[in-house]
Amino acid sequence: MNSPLPSAKGEPKLTFKFDLQAYTLIIALVLISVIFTIFTGGEFLSSRNISNLFTQMSVIAVLAIGMTLIIVAGHIDLSVGSLVGLLGGIAAILQVWLGWGTIPVILVTVIAGALLGLWQGWWVAYRAVPAFIVTLGGMLVFRGILIGISKGQTVAPMNESFKQIGNSYLPYILGYTLAVISIALVIYGTYRNRLKRKQLGLVIPASIIDYGKVSLYSFFILLATYMLNRYLGIPVPIFVVIVLAAIFIFISNKTAFGRYVYAIGGNQEAAALSGINIKWNTLWVFITMGALAGVSGILLTSRLNAATVSAGDMYELDAIAACVIGGTSLMGGKGRITGALIGALIMASIDNGMSIMNIEAFWQYIVKGLILILAVWVDISNKK
Amino acid sequence: MFALEMKDITKEFPGVRALDNVTFSVRKGEIHALCGENGAGKSTLMKILSGVYPHNSYSGQIYINGKEAEFKSIKESQEAGIGIIYQELALVEEMSVAENLFLSHDLMRQKIVDWNKIYSEAKKKLAEIGLNIDPQVKVGDLTVGKQQLVEIAKALTKKTEILILDEPTAALTESDVKILITLLNDLRAQGVTCIYISHKLGEVLELADTVTILRDGKTISTDLIKEMSEQKIISKMVGRDLTELFPYEPHAIGRENVLEVKDYSFTDESGKRLISDVSFRLRKGEILGFSGLMGAGRSELFVSLFGGSKGKKKGSVLIDGTKKNINRPLDAIKHGMAYVSEDRKRYGLVLGMEITKNTTLAALNKVMKLKVIDTALEVKNATMVTDKMKLKAPNLEVKVGQLSGGNQQKVVLSKWLMNNPKILILDEPTRGIDVGAKYEIYKIINELVKEGVGIVIISSELPEVMGMSDRIIVMAEGKITGEFLRTDATQEKIMTCATGGKQNEQSTSIG
Repeated sequence: MNSPLPSAKGEPKLTFKFDLQAYTLIIALVLISVIFTIFTGGEFLSSRNISNLFTQMSVIAVLAIGMTLIIVAGHIDLSVGSLVGLLGGIAAILQVWLGWGTIPVILVTVIAGALLGLWQGWWVAYRAVPAFIVTLGGMLVFRGILIGISKGQTVAPMNESFKQIGNSYLPYILGYTLAVISIALVIYGTYRNRLKRKQLGLVIPASIIDYGKVSLYSFFILLATYMLNRYLGIPVPIFVVIVLAAIFIFISNKTAFGRYVYAIGGNQEAAALSGINIKWNTLWVFITMGALAGVSGILLTSRLNAATVSAGDMYELDAIAACVIGGTSLMGGKGRITGALIGALIMASIDNGMSIMNIEAFWQYIVKGLILILAVWVDISNKK
Repeated sequence: MFALEMKDITKEFPGVRALDNVTFSVRKGEIHALCGENGAGKSTLMKILSGVYPHNSYSGQIYINGKEAEFKSIKESQEAGIGIIYQELALVEEMSVAENLFLSHDLMRQKIVDWNKIYSEAKKKLAEIGLNIDPQVKVGDLTVGKQQLVEIAKALTKKTEILILDEPTAALTESDVKILITLLNDLRAQGVTCIYISHKLGEVLELADTVTILRDGKTISTDLIKEMSEQKIISKMVGRDLTELFPYEPHAIGRENVLEVKDYSFTDESGKRLISDVSFRLRKGEILGFSGLMGAGRSELFVSLFGGSKGKKKGSVLIDGTKKNINRPLDAIKHGMAYVSEDRKRYGLVLGMEITKNTTLAALNKVMKLKVIDTALEVKNATMVTDKMKLKAPNLEVKVGQLSGGNQQKVVLSKWLMNNPKILILDEPTRGIDVGAKYEIYKIINELVKEGVGIVIISSELPEVMGMSDRIIVMAEGKITGEFLRTDATQEKIMTCATGGKQNEQSTSIG
């Protein structure tokens, strides 16, 4: 191959040029943990609290996965809070009032979410109403429907099997097995990636960096599993989050749909002239968001063992904040699901840590709001 | 006595010298026409004069009424009495005529705005320029011609001594043009100095006292209009020799038509007719040049043929001899068409995406296995095609936004060549690209045409069209006004068709 591109010349020099955004995130997370650990006398990093923290973040994390796609495509979804409330309500009504089994309830809830997403996506994609308006409308409409169909009551209690979804844990053995499998996958993936890049003549990062990262990941996976197992095991909700994240990371990196979403958000006009069907792909982004809101609603109702009229209130802002803190650009075209997950973890840590410290609830709003502004400022000043 | 003197003005952009020691002197109270091809430097010169490019971003001196001026902003040039009216109007459509007239005027900057005074002042100003309209009417409700006049009135609410008009009649109907010409004659009688930029040489000869011609960023001449003719102006505008810059290589042209367009018309969503009854053929292995002035409808023609614009189409499009319906870009791509747009940043590239991903954007199905993107295959294909383009980049994972103009254009070409197109439409393929990269792109064009691709080159640069094409079609105001074989074409003939004197009586149907 007579390439004008410089091919990899063995091991390049050790240059520490990291993705600053990814790093600021980790640093922020570590800093927050350290601060809360100190102020809570170690309680923040106890096994029990870590387990709680992960479970608490799961509802928002599922939403943040879908929200990443929405924002990358250049849109916004303000209705997800109401959507979670409504879908959780539908699940509870089907089970408590109509006596449905757990599996049909899950299926119907997710499908209902996808249909509501379809409704909103249709307005955005095919009627060209800005997503901000469509989903602001949806925010009111869905909350209204929830109050209407639940007659303003709390619907409870759920079946034992439904309760298990949000409140049970994976057995220790299974937890460790999964941890070992994921570590094996990380090692194999890195090895294969390096091999492929070498064959293609691409630049390969120094092996110290690559395998250093692998060791670090492995260490954290094991540590997290150990900490969680010391309490009751890996919570099922966080297992759901990990599975969904894996699926959507795959979709965003390896499928035409994922690629098109990034292209549309990056430059809609260029994407259209490249033969990409903007409307169709936009529609599917909203359908996906709706289905994920269904999953989120199920987790929430299961955890609370009830559906309330105010469930999911303001979750849209937590989900959007998680994405933005995770480096997703509101201009579209840029953003990663892993970033959004870390963002969700940061938001959940702040809630959780301040609660343990018995700080009054109003402070949580103020701190979260300020962190959101700070995160966007960091993003913007990084660009310059 | 000169109202304005610009001396030894030189302005450089990265890689390009847009103005090279330009001298431009305008006498007080005259209408002075500024002529030149697209890219000759007219707009750059006017931007310097109006303070868009501030003092120190260029070299040379400006004298207003004999006094040296150093404009650091648009505001300073306005205060010195310079008013500029661009082709794209700068009015707030949702506001009334009076509000627009006094938008940045002292009358508007009172603690309490005296609307009665503003309306009566507006009425007076409008009457001065012979415009009899209600100052409370919304600007958006006026015709483009009337809006143009409002814009002039606005310039005159400030103490404008030098009025610059950049292509003022491009969007006007014949009757509005007449009103404008009358108004400009009146203003001259009142002692206002006027700089008039236009491609329509008929108007220039009718209206102006003096004409200055720019070419390639240099002043060619300043002459009294009575000593000039349309022919003389054109030959001075284009009078450059075609050099070896264009590596045209003779090649075999096939007999079959890859693309045939018959009686094609296109009306956009707002009901404006952009293309009227256009018919042409493109043969296999042929380079067909499209020449014309800006706004002649060349890009609009091909974007609509490619399915990239919404509106009503009439006529038929045949690809390889069979009639095809192309309603969206995907249809065009499936039929073997590729369109490299004139604005690569806006329509060609996702700047925040890596080179590899940009190159496969229109051909993702070629690098997918079982609906999953095969990264290895993607990188392999991207490497192959970008090697062919001689793309210079640190590696293929660099974001396209970080590349130079020439390399960005090569990425756009790579994207389209992934699909092995039969018909390649190149809209201003070398705009904003340095000479070396231009040459490489011409070489690529030569290679492709030898492989049998039918190529359309749309270009505002006459030498480029003439240097590279087998056949040249000239468009003006949405119609084809001339067609020449490579051997018959001269710059003068093309310019005459492009300025389209014959088409003037039909221009009322447009706009």
